[in-house]
Amino acid sequence: MTDISSIDFTPLRGYREVQAIPRPSLSYWQDAWIRLKANKRALASLYIVMALAFFTLFGPTICTGIWCFDPALQDLDQVSKPPGTSRAALIVDDYQPWTGDRFVIDEGLRLGEPATTQAVRLQWNALPGANGHRVYRNIFPVGPELAYGIPLAEFFDNDTLFFEDRLDLRPGRYYYSVVPLGVRGELLQGYQMIEVEVLRVTTLREALERGLVEESADVKVGDQINLAWHPLGTDYLGRDMLARLMAGARVSLFIGVGAPFLFILFGVVFGSMAGFIGGRTDQLMMRFADFVVALPFLLFMILFKIAFGVGPGESGVFPMLVALVVLMWPATARLVRGQILQIREQGYISASQLLGAKTNYLILRHMIPNTLGVVLVTITFAIPNAIFIEAFLSFIGMGVAPPTPSWGSMSNEGIKTMLTTPHELIFPSLFISITVLALNLLGDGLRDALDAKMRNTE
Amino acid sequence: MQDASSTEAGTTMDTDSNFATSAGKQLGLYALYALFGLSVLIYVLSVAAGSSGGSVSGGAINIERNSITIVLTEEPPQLDSTRSTDAVSFIVLAHAMEGLIAYDDNDQLTPGVAERWEIRDDGATFWIREGAKWSDGQPVTAYDFEFAWRRVLDPATASEYSFILYPIKNAELVNRGDLPKEMIGVRALSDRVLEVEFERSTPYFDKLVAFNTYYPLREDFFESTNGRYGADADMLLSNGPYVVTEWIHGSSMLWKKNPYYWNDQKGFLDEIVTAYITHDVNAKLNLFKDGQIVETSLIAPMLPTAMEQRWQIDRFMDGSLFFLEFNHRENRITGNWNFRRALQLAQDPSELVYKVLKEASYLPAQSLFPVWIQGIKEAFRKEYPAPEHKIDVERAREHLELARQELGLEEFPPIILLSGDSPLSLLAGEYYQELYKQNLGLELRIDAQIFKQRLAKMTSGEFDIVMAGWGPDYFDALTFGDLFASWNLNNRGHYRSEEMDRLVSIGRSELDPEKRMDAFGDIQQLIHEDVVIIPMYERGISFVVDPRLKGFKRRSVGPDVDYSYAFIDTTED
Amino acid sequence: MWIYVLKRLLQGIVTVWFIATATFFAMHNVPGDPLLNDRAVSEAIRINLEAKYGLDQPIGTQYLIYLGNLVQGDFGISFTQENREVNDIIREHFPISAILGVLAVVFAAAGGILFGALTAIYRNRLPDYIIMLLVILGISVPSFVIAALSQLTLVTLNSAVGATILPVAGWGTILHMLVPALVLGLGTMAYLTRLMRSSMLEVVNSDFVRTAKAKGVPPARIFTKHQLRNAILPVITVLGPSIAAITTGGFVVELVFAIPGLGRYFVQAVQQLDYTVIMGTTVFYGAFLVFMVILVDLLYGFIDPRVKLEK
Repeated sequence: MTDISSIDFTPLRGYREVQAIPRPSLSYWQDAWIRLKANKRALASLYIVMALAFFTLFGPTICTGIWCFDPALQDLDQVSKPPGTSRAALIVDDYQPWTGDRFVIDEGLRLGEPATTQAVRLQWNALPGANGHRVYRNIFPVGPELAYGIPLAEFFDNDTLFFEDRLDLRPGRYYYSVVPLGVRGELLQGYQMIEVEVLRVTTLREALERGLVEESADVKVGDQINLAWHPLGTDYLGRDMLARLMAGARVSLFIGVGAPFLFILFGVVFGSMAGFIGGRTDQLMMRFADFVVALPFLLFMILFKIAFGVGPGESGVFPMLVALVVLMWPATARLVRGQILQIREQGYISASQLLGAKTNYLILRHMIPNTLGVVLVTITFAIPNAIFIEAFLSFIGMGVAPPTPSWGSMSNEGIKTMLTTPHELIFPSLFISITVLALNLLGDGLRDALDAKMRNTE
Repeated sequence: MQDASSTEAGTTMDTDSNFATSAGKQLGLYALYALFGLSVLIYVLSVAAGSSGGSVSGGAINIERNSITIVLTEEPPQLDSTRSTDAVSFIVLAHAMEGLIAYDDNDQLTPGVAERWEIRDDGATFWIREGAKWSDGQPVTAYDFEFAWRRVLDPATASEYSFILYPIKNAELVNRGDLPKEMIGVRALSDRVLEVEFERSTPYFDKLVAFNTYYPLREDFFESTNGRYGADADMLLSNGPYVVTEWIHGSSMLWKKNPYYWNDQKGFLDEIVTAYITHDVNAKLNLFKDGQIVETSLIAPMLPTAMEQRWQIDRFMDGSLFFLEFNHRENRITGNWNFRRALQLAQDPSELVYKVLKEASYLPAQSLFPVWIQGIKEAFRKEYPAPEHKIDVERAREHLELARQELGLEEFPPIILLSGDSPLSLLAGEYYQELYKQNLGLELRIDAQIFKQRLAKMTSGEFDIVMAGWGPDYFDALTFGDLFASWNLNNRGHYRSEEMDRLVSIGRSELDPEKRMDAFGDIQQLIHEDVVIIPMYERGISFVVDPRLKGFKRRSVGPDVDYSYAFIDTTED
Repeated sequence: MWIYVLKRLLQGIVTVWFIATATFFAMHNVPGDPLLNDRAVSEAIRINLEAKYGLDQPIGTQYLIYLGNLVQGDFGISFTQENREVNDIIREHFPISAILGVLAVVFAAAGGILFGALTAIYRNRLPDYIIMLLVILGISVPSFVIAALSQLTLVTLNSAVGATILPVAGWGTILHMLVPALVLGLGTMAYLTRLMRSSMLEVVNSDFVRTAKAKGVPPARIFTKHQLRNAILPVITVLGPSIAAITTGGFVVELVFAIPGLGRYFVQAVQQLDYTVIMGTTVFYGAFLVFMVILVDLLYGFIDPRVKLEK
């Protein structure tokens, strides 16, 4: 038997504060915001987005002694240069065409003078049995399989015994060969090979023009200087990659992010209306969506370009935006409609209706936030899509006109040399990835924050 | 407090790892089902795919079958020699057909169907050889040529290359519909003799006759095809070294040795298989690397790979010239000579080729006439050296200032540079845009257009400068020389000059070779002095061939790619 | 139900008619001349060419003639591929694109659903991160790169082994189809993975799942019957039009792998202003798309019994 005394029956004291609510009541949006801020990944992506914005808006204003923003300047001495490689150059005289005189008296294949990136001048004596010669250049020494390399020139008589090579000369080592030709121009045995080291050079005039040296500086032929610095290397025309990425950011982010936002917005509105209203309206709206999808894309893009009166060689960014929006909304619309069809059968919708909610309120407050998951996924994929479509269309004259770059067109250009100079492809793709990743994470965070089912779960 | 993003499922899923495991297992099970279903599907599809036609390839070189495998860049629209205009049709027809005269493996003219011929002031006669036969065993006769040429010039055929037959008497009038077909100056005197009358003296007629559009066509076979001649493999009759025995559209072709072909010095391979049709250079390179095709072209970024693989790289000039063509019409800024001269002086084609385009096989152009054109006895450019050109930016600026004053402009408006959509032309366009901005302070706008629209703009004159190219049709200087005559429809820039017209007329009909070549030399000079065009580069192609294949030819004139002299070298070390 | 199907089919025909009309007039208003070629031709020849292709009639007449032919199923003769009827072109090349497309979509769907479910189950753990990273990298690179790189991998593979394991290009056997279909489906697979993941995560929080768990339903069954089935709906929505899009958008893959499909005709026809092929392929694609959409809508009602297709 337990001990029970009269103390156990003492009435409890009343607390007035029992009825108090421990913390303020949060509305749906306030709660969402708090949860978003707490999401570390979303925050990180927010910072990335801000960094991108800074890069785009303020990058082009940077002009210091060491690096100045200019996306169109072609540094033809440093074409397709990977970042971080040497840029030391020797000053030499201006280029003068070589007529092959001033022969160095000697035997065999030899250099007429030291080899530079301006020209490599070769001389040789007629090879035995030759009825002409062919000059080859290789980046590997010629072995027993007689793979001489790239043919540079053919001479079908023995009068010309010299050759000047100016093709895409890079500093480094080349192996030149001269092969004797027969009467019908066929290759004979008995080649000669020479190993050549090429020095990077530039002329005084070019150095002055490009601002690499001061006027007053006492620089003359034979001195070493440094060519322009390109932090991320150069592209196929010697243009600075970093500058082009900054300039391209404007176009790519404007179209790549702007167009998807717009057409997804339109698609969401269209799709939710169709899904909610249902019946004949729904059918009509969906058939219209099908109609738009089936139209030949390229054809109508060309039409848009003309309709907007974009002149030849002008940048038609706004028409491109409109065209993209007009032609790409149906997929989202269909997706959202599908979601709405599901959602509108849910219990809370009927409950809300019973409470007297109007259609607008239902759509905006209940349905659309619940389609956000699907919508955000679509945005993630629409962004790189839009960027690449813009690049693709530049070849019919839509989008940006040269020399204005865009990340998509830079990627496309980078494809050609993807195996030899991958940096031209890697950098624009990297920036696109970062943008997509950042917006993706931000979108994820938003979706989680706005998900009503996750309220009060702390 | 937990990270908000992991709270939702976190509470129910992470804490219940049991759930994750069993869900994972279930997923694994589904994956297995999916794999099984996939295999079944693939099997079903492959049966369907096999029946829809595919490529039959024995690898690049098949020694037992004495066959090789090649790739075509496009599907030929049709194989009717009287109407074909594209390079791929020319290649196929060059193997399947033969004209009166052909090219040998030294690029020299050699007897084809005609065993001898005679070219006179007023006409020509061709004697057809006895052994020439069609692939059904019937002999090739002079009537076959008469019929073919009449069909080319028949306005109803609407053949776009009919102009190449215009040296024949009445050809142009018939083609315009002003005269009936029978009035054309070509007649088969018998089965073995073909008689041609000229409109005016045409000393280079033998070179013309080797061209695709002059190939023969047999009337009874043509009638039997009911308007579908050249549309399929069985709608074509061959008289050349190979017969097209199979043609699966868009996919593959099979050429087999023509048993009735007369020349045993040609057609050594028994079979040529076209197993792939694609114009993607990377795909072709990969096919070559994989040993599936026997030959492919290389572009500059591929050369390091080629050198690394120790391949034998060869090259040839494909014969064409690329240039900046000005719009010489009245109301255009480019109609002003000083302006054009400024642009000419401010540039140097070697920088374009060596630093920008970087193709080892391209040659910076110096003249309207490419290096391979023949002169009187030797190369034309040796006998008539190209005009000197040196870049001179100061003088260019002076000429620009003169132009500005002559045109009465405050400053120059943007100049429209019309360009095609190929990567190389856009590259060149960007280069010129920056070059002229730096050197002359001009703003160039690049108008990139797809093919048909670029042509339309050229024809209607909606451009200032256009990046144009011209490929040769026959092996004579006139194929370039007459480009800027005022009557030439291809002169889309509308350059008009009496001097040019006079010189072209000489080039067309002068019989004395020296006088003729002198006229071309003068044309070369005139083009440079009057800045009719700015030559950019002469195009060439670097390529690799499987070392076991010998006798493979690539030509500047005539079929781009020629396997009729090719054979497999079985003596391998 | 059948009345519904019939209604949809009728609507489909009307939609296709609209598509044809819009495309026809758009096409004729695009600048450029399909009959122009490198070698300029004289007036006489031009007139003959125009007559041959019926371009000498006023546009309204041309439209009516075209419509008349269309109803009889005649798409006309291609401008560029002379002597080939557009019907033949479609008939010969569409099956190849279809086979490739179906296989690609199956890969995409299987992969997308599996990977998506995987990332949802192992959320915020390693598999999730890896897959998501691959997805994002994959879509940030032009599709051409993936195709070219995969072909290069095949070449390297073949040379490493010394024999042809998988053909590098071409068409005809099972082996020819695998890699191109995979490459073609990758983009859609990435999209479906993401979609599936997103909808799975939403479903996981829903009431009926919580109820099922509370009831003590075995986890496997919850997973299949409740989660997968509900999450799959958005995927199905996307799948129908995806098939149509993939089948006609396989241009890059067909080019790189030398596959004789219909894809390149779409792009080249516009570039060469081949009127009949543009019309033929557009109308055909439109009909195909409409059909797919109808199929998907029907599937919807089947999977989710709550969805009522009509009010």
